[in-house]
Amino acid sequence: MKFSRRTGLVAAAMSLAMGGALAAEAAPPDEFWPGLKRDFFENREIVESADFVALDAPQKAEDAALVPMKIVIHTPQGDSRRVVKMSLLIDENPIPMAGVFTLGEKAEVVQIATRVRVNADTFVHLVAQLSDGSLVESKRYVRAAGGCSAPSAKGLDDPSRSLGALKFRMLPDIVHGHREAVVMIQHPNFTGMQRDETTHDYTPARYVDHFAVYQGEDLVFSVDGGISISEDPNFRFAFAADEGRTLKVEAGDIAGGKFGYSWPIAGGGG
Amino acid sequence: MKPLLACSLALAISCAPLAAGADGFEVRVLAPGVYAHEGVVVMPGQRASDNIANLGFVVGEKGVAVIDTGGSVATGRRLLAAVRDVTDKPILYVVNTHEHPDHVFGDAAFEGLGAVFVGHRNLPRSLAAREPFYRKAYRKFLGDALMDEVRFVTPTLLVEDESELDLGGRKLRLRAWPVAHTDCDLTIYDPESRILFAGDLVFAGHVPVLDGSLKGWLKALDGLAAIPAERVVPGHGPLGAPWPAALEAERGYLTHLAGDVRAFVHRGADIGEAAKSAGVEERGNWQLFDDYNPRNATAAFAEFEWE
Repeated sequence: MKFSRRTGLVAAAMSLAMGGALAAEAAPPDEFWPGLKRDFFENREIVESADFVALDAPQKAEDAALVPMKIVIHTPQGDSRRVVKMSLLIDENPIPMAGVFTLGEKAEVVQIATRVRVNADTFVHLVAQLSDGSLVESKRYVRAAGGCSAPSAKGLDDPSRSLGALKFRMLPDIVHGHREAVVMIQHPNFTGMQRDETTHDYTPARYVDHFAVYQGEDLVFSVDGGISISEDPNFRFAFAADEGRTLKVEAGDIAGGKFGYSWPIAGGGG
Repeated sequence: MKPLLACSLALAISCAPLAAGADGFEVRVLAPGVYAHEGVVVMPGQRASDNIANLGFVVGEKGVAVIDTGGSVATGRRLLAAVRDVTDKPILYVVNTHEHPDHVFGDAAFEGLGAVFVGHRNLPRSLAAREPFYRKAYRKFLGDALMDEVRFVTPTLLVEDESELDLGGRKLRLRAWPVAHTDCDLTIYDPESRILFAGDLVFAGHVPVLDGSLKGWLKALDGLAAIPAERVVPGHGPLGAPWPAALEAERGYLTHLAGDVRAFVHRGADIGEAAKSAGVEERGNWQLFDDYNPRNATAAFAEFEWE
């Protein structure tokens, strides 16, 4: 307790020293966090630390419907613990828990990026659970998009779309020593607040609640998520890719939809 | 008061007779019975940001069609006053070109006058989906006084594809477009004056804002150019520019953006890199470029990843 208080003070002093007006303006009190910490983490100690995970997010959401979030995962030298789970919370969203990422033991995932909806100026917290059960976090403050941008689906009428279509691509980049890949699924991730004008009923929510990626039979990562993940959920990740194996996706939505596909990693997707 | 004179084609912009100027709210006569107001080019939250969109109205023998209502009920009332300065004929229709707040937040000023509200078949869905978010977000931009008055009016006359509004001796041609700027873009063409109210399918000066599909928008450009209009009222920017030449700057921007974003996707760049760099050679051509271009690039990237 003493330690985390002191860390907080140091962080505050640093932000004053470095920040200038923008940082001061951009960092209001984190008012929702105590409640979220209680509800999701039973008030356990969460150490804010650059070890293990670092969340990267834009200072300003350009498009409220598509705000990129990047998580770098690493283990400090000499530390035998590893990151087991990561929770991404967007404090101001109607449903703050965007997703819980579970990392496969053998995949050596060193980076994951996705896109989320951001409803208002908000803190975004990434809380990692380590293999010894302790919690560390990395957080960012994101200003909401201006203009007519809205965190809702855009592609509802495009006839070329099909629910649950999957795409995989190996990318040329090497990130922290590992190959990068991207997997994506066509899905509107309905928030459930849209009103159907013909029936005057509210369209029930329909979103991808489970998305898992395997290399062969080994889990690379899975995401158990909600409506804060953007339309057409998209995950870009760097991992210990094995060209002799296949990459498999298994996904499901809350309406019972099941989606899956697999590709030879050597083929690189497309 | 009758319209003073109609602008000749060549003098469309410079002669600019005012039909109404109360409150600093100017409405210009573009042709007999065709009026438009030019909004200011600012971001929501800046000064006068309830007056961003171009608005207009067309007067026939039987009555009036209003085209978009502005970014607050107060702006809608100024537009209504401008209509009343010109004619006592009833307002038969209020047409919304799409769902964005700068175009529809004034709708409530026209409620209770017997007008039929008109929109794209997708407009009700889009309004319903976005209302809770817009209400919250725009309170910050507009303040409580303006926001408390805003009411969303659900259109009852929906345009599936093409449709006509008869104003008496003058028929407006309405066209509902596939997803482009948004998923509920509607254009209004007046064959008599050959003036096209393009809504936000056409931006001039103000950088185009993508909230639908870049591919769809590029595809729509040829269909738009084929409309036999002589002049256009864009959703944002100067009124009455020659048609279809007024479309070319936007075509240039959208084409440039699409080319850049495709190249970023092709070489495996990430979305943040595209947001920073795609389309930046267009910067000098547009107002509010840095406010909207990264957003356009972000949205286009997510779209083109599926190609």
